[in-house]
Amino acid sequence: MSNVGKSPWIIHYDGSSCNGCDIEVLAALTPLYDAERFGVVNTGNPKHADIFVVTGGINDQNAPVVKQIYDQMLEPKVVVACGACACGGGVYQTCYNILGGVDTVIPVDAYVPGCAIKPESILDAVIAGVGILDEKAKAMKMNPADKDRSEKDASTGAHASVADVDDGTNADAE
Amino acid sequence: MEIFGFSIWSIIGVIAFLVIAPFIGCILAGLDRKITAGMQGRVGPKLLQPWWDFRKLLAKEDATVNGAQDLYVWLYLIFIVLSGMVFFAGGNFLLCVFIQTLGALFFILAGYSSRSPYADLGAERETVQVMSYEPMVLLVAIGMFMATGSFYVADLLSAEMPLVRYLPLIFIGFLYVLTIKLRKSPFDISMAQHAHQEIVRGIVTEFSGRTLALVELSHWYETILFLGWTGMFVVWAGGWVAGVVAVVVALVIWFFEIWIDNNFARFKWETMLRSAWWVALVAGTVNIVYLLFI
Ligand code: SF4
Repeated sequence: MSNVGKSPWIIHYDGSSCNGCDIEVLAALTPLYDAERFGVVNTGNPKHADIFVVTGGINDQNAPVVKQIYDQMLEPKVVVACGACACGGGVYQTCYNILGGVDTVIPVDAYVPGCAIKPESILDAVIAGVGILDEKAKAMKMNPADKDRSEKDASTGAHASVADVDDGTNADAE
Repeated sequence: MEIFGFSIWSIIGVIAFLVIAPFIGCILAGLDRKITAGMQGRVGPKLLQPWWDFRKLLAKEDATVNGAQDLYVWLYLIFIVLSGMVFFAGGNFLLCVFIQTLGALFFILAGYSSRSPYADLGAERETVQVMSYEPMVLLVAIGMFMATGSFYVADLLSAEMPLVRYLPLIFIGFLYVLTIKLRKSPFDISMAQHAHQEIVRGIVTEFSGRTLALVELSHWYETILFLGWTGMFVVWAGGWVAGVVAVVVALVIWFFEIWIDNNFARFKWETMLRSAWWVALVAGTVNIVYLLFI
């Protein structure tokens, strides 16, 4: 096991969820489920986080926010879609404003079903995310050029894309 | 025995600090998280969790907001280590305090240089913290000189009585500001111990990867240095017994700090500044007047 997976710091973003899933995410951090056993820290800061936990579906307003949080996170990073809404729109799927699940804007690594999602499933999801995180870290080790953000930005213009989608909405994690 | 004019014990002290301090600091940080979890009825992370966090941060992609920020964080680390070296070599306590303050100032500059509103706020609050604890720390140095006639930490090891015998009130005052120095609740206003609180870790908001790892490392060194200052109050010419007493007292104070951390909600900065200065004024003056008369 590589080192990265032993300290998965998460950032939780509430898309257009009904708040059911968010309450369960917080429950996962309470003494009963105690996610800190696995080294989980709820950071609320994309620059510190390794796992992006999204609840709720994506609509036009929060799409740029989700994208921006994702772009600010540093490799290796993992996205976990928590709950039916985040996986594919859930009960709101056919609403006029909903674009769909999280994978409509950013690549998702793990889908966790449930409406609302259970704290146990969230822990499972984080553990699954840890596995993917380790794989990504290993791949990064093979290719050290991946470690330098500035060069990558220069070649792909990653930051420019953040600016493109930023319509002035503040990234409001939690 | 002397090498290049330094006594062999100073050299051992410096090397031990350089090599062992980060490990002990890391284990103490892990114990802190474990005990905190225990007090909240949780199992908590593994003892070595801070170490895994550190390793993880080193493995992350490099991204710094600007070059100056990295330089300031490095200077913070270097000056904290330098200050610890002066202390554990048995050197001048006043010099140690000044170098440590310089390190703290570089940390504040690092916060300002990242230009994030959260980091700016954190840096401002950290400045207030430095303002709050500095008078008391200087009173410790003054009291130390008045009691022993020397600023040298090594001289305490040949003193008849431990420092706390002359400076009981200053010791209590020092414990008060120690909580501010260790950035523990109720005085965790600059970093907000938990990352999802209002200022998102304050100064370190924009730091990530290796830079954040360096900050962690500096904090470990800092913890050991401050616990060293605590132990300084209880050593005398008692050989290894004095050493054991100092270590035990430092550990007890560390657990006391964790207990305080878990039992108090954060103060406002006004309360912190006012109370710290009052404590410094009352404890310091009364103790120094007492020293003048014995
Ligand atoms: S999955 Fe269900 S509980 Fe979760 S946000 Fe959607 S509607 Fe609410």
